[in-house]
Amino acid sequence: MSSPEQWTHPEPDAAPAATAAKPTAEQVIAGLRATDEGGADLVQLLTPEGERVTHPDFDIDITPEELRGLYRDMVLIRRVDREANALQRKGQLGIWVPLLGQEAAQIGAGRAMRETDMAFPSYREHGIAWTRGINPTELLGIFRGTDQGTWDPVEKRFHPYTIVIGNQVLNAAGYAMGQKFDGKVGDDEGEATMCFFGDGATSQGDVHEGFVWAAVYDAPLVFFCQNNQWAISEPTERQSRLPLYQRARGYGFPGIRVDGNDVLATLAVTKWALDECRHGNGPILIEAFTYRMDAHTTSDDPTRYRLSDELEMWKLKDPIERVKVYLVRQQWADSEFFESVEADADELGEELREFCTNMPDPPAERIFSNVYAEGNPNLEAQRDEFLDYVSGFAGGEH
Amino acid sequence: MPQYKQFPLPDTAEGLTEAEILTWHVKPGDTVTVNQIIVEIETAKAAVELPCPWAGVVTELLAEPGQTVEVGVPIITIDTDPGGAAAPAAPAPAAAEANGTSSGKIGEEMPGGRIATLVGYGPKSGAAKRRARKDTGAAPAAAVVAPPAPAPAPAPAPVVVAAPVQAPGGYVPLAKPPVRKLAKDLGVDLHALTGSGPGGVITREDVETAVSAPAAAPAAATSYVDNGTRERRVPIKGVRKATAQAMVDSAFTAPHVTEFLTVDVTPMMELRARLKNAPEFRGVKLTPLAFCAKAVVLAARRTPDVNATWDAAANEIVYKDYVHLGIAAATPRGLVVPKVRDADRMSLKELAIALDELATVAREGKTSPADMMNGTITITNVGVFGVDTGTPILNPGESAILALGAIRDMPWVVDGEIKVRKICQLALSFDHRVVDGQQGSQFLADVGALLAEPGIAMTY
Repeated sequence: MSSPEQWTHPEPDAAPAATAAKPTAEQVIAGLRATDEGGADLVQLLTPEGERVTHPDFDIDITPEELRGLYRDMVLIRRVDREANALQRKGQLGIWVPLLGQEAAQIGAGRAMRETDMAFPSYREHGIAWTRGINPTELLGIFRGTDQGTWDPVEKRFHPYTIVIGNQVLNAAGYAMGQKFDGKVGDDEGEATMCFFGDGATSQGDVHEGFVWAAVYDAPLVFFCQNNQWAISEPTERQSRLPLYQRARGYGFPGIRVDGNDVLATLAVTKWALDECRHGNGPILIEAFTYRMDAHTTSDDPTRYRLSDELEMWKLKDPIERVKVYLVRQQWADSEFFESVEADADELGEELREFCTNMPDPPAERIFSNVYAEGNPNLEAQRDEFLDYVSGFAGGEH
Repeated sequence: MPQYKQFPLPDTAEGLTEAEILTWHVKPGDTVTVNQIIVEIETAKAAVELPCPWAGVVTELLAEPGQTVEVGVPIITIDTDPGGAAAPAAPAPAAAEANGTSSGKIGEEMPGGRIATLVGYGPKSGAAKRRARKDTGAAPAAAVVAPPAPAPAPAPAPVVVAAPVQAPGGYVPLAKPPVRKLAKDLGVDLHALTGSGPGGVITREDVETAVSAPAAAPAAATSYVDNGTRERRVPIKGVRKATAQAMVDSAFTAPHVTEFLTVDVTPMMELRARLKNAPEFRGVKLTPLAFCAKAVVLAARRTPDVNATWDAAANEIVYKDYVHLGIAAATPRGLVVPKVRDADRMSLKELAIALDELATVAREGKTSPADMMNGTITITNVGVFGVDTGTPILNPGESAILALGAIRDMPWVVDGEIKVRKICQLALSFDHRVVDGQQGSQFLADVGALLAEPGIAMTY
């Protein structure tokens, strides 16, 4: 194994001096503000204007067909997001957590994974779910309050959504340690785990503990932090003195900041990180520098804490538009392709609406049915009492 | 056959009970598409746009802008099959009667107070929030005469989609469950009690005291019995809450000094009358406030202290070479203080136009948070309420605020004689950490002099 300094890649700028020599305000906020360009270390392969650029350490060969696929993924998941948001506004969902603006970060990361890799999401990872082959309709029950997600986490290699902030980082660290103990790490056929969380979660103890455990056990774990600049109403600059990717250095593993609105860069960096992990060089932290274009959830009103000029600036960095421009400029896609993607999106939207409005309400008994794997007499008595109570009401099921 | 569907007001955040209709984006007769934005509502948490659940034609809007609607109450009726034959006259009477209600004629009041309309019933849905129990061993009489009334089945069957949460609105007394049970057992109405616990929580002692009290003074009790209905409790939220916080912050951090000056503004009013007829000012709403704004920015040039900020964190006073002039405005949503940016670079005409626009935007409730930030000095025009003067509280972060009082015809001594003149009072509050009495007085005197003799501006 090489020394931790060599893993740190690319070499971060001199970290701010120790507390004795306090950094200036300018140093502190360098690379922290949402209106930054992302700093010198930002890995980018496709500019917001749709220009293909190269990077000395990360590059990617992409075929026209692959790029069309990524474009399609992003358009469809954006439609899913907007449709679900509208369903909440129609009273069909209790809450929705929008991903608008983070399509490239999620599709890029999700498409970098192999089928054998495992993923631990938080609650905004609709794009990752999509890349794991989960029908978006399966997400709706969580937000309608009728189930906790209906996919099989083992089969899909996609853990259930975690609502508690940062908790899944511990789960993922443990899982990745297990992969290592089981000898599934070490060559190109190795397995790796990805863990998804946001900038807000980096202030949680669970995330810190996960970093420590994964580091000391060399776990094959890619920490994928989507820095969307706002932990609900708290900006990143109030949570960290230095850019989040530089934190990895303190734990002794590499930290890389990638343009999270650039699907190519995200794909390239994540693929590299997963390969490092499956060969036994994990863990690795990726900070995807992106922006939450909508509210934190449908219960939130971002106009109360952030200014619209920030939003306007990020509109120019849209993850989908830049790919569209590039596809057209390269003549890799024609209007027929774009129309067919739109049609697919319309169909998907319709499917979501149909599915959501026709979801049956779960029976009252459901509250009790998934608490213990093998029954529990006390709980069963409570269940019977409750069902008896409920059946005492006139007017049908509920 | 037209197919009418009604869209009930959804809970757009977690656990809301009501929302106010701000603006309708559609009107009856409009064709709408799925997900088209039809209405903007304001909840306790946010202003939210609602998309349309169905494609079709708007038949009726069931709530007015400004109206507060409970979650679950229909707000719009949409005909989702407008191409179908117009046969709304053939309802489904069988279904309606089977449900124990008759379908009723248009305009007639139905049992339960609902009034039948062309497309069903008026917006008020039944008050019953709680389902009846089946098992009524010794049934109270009410249960017999009023069987559980199912949802009304109005003429051409409006389909009401799942009403989400039916939380009862209004004030719920705060008390812990054991105390609630005690109150119930003792027959005490918690609504009639004032909590003595932390945060107004009703305690066990409160309930016990309430039980023993009536015996002591039954006569007195009757005269207070309807206190609950003669008081209103409005949750502190939104603009009210923000205003309260800002005022408390300001009042307890900045040491306020207020000075007063009474001014004869007759020359200013005469100039205003002349300018109003000038072609250059045609169509411009030239108010005394515009003159006052101009006087403030001119005087602030001579006394920059009033336009400075006390930065306690940096241990510095920040002097600003620009004036973002705040105008305190009363709006239907409460007090907002939008800013005129770089007011010091504006001519009188530009100021007048900017103030008019500001007022219009504020009255429509469209002042954005960005418009309200980074002010440097504020004018509050209490004169529009017919008030002479006041002691205004500083907008947090600013060092001075000027109150412009009402302009009245008053007796005034001019050249040794009493004349009727236009008199106005000015009140200036300033932050004594930044501004001393000398600068504050100088500024106020300058503003007064400019209003009393606009020609003084020539000397600036």
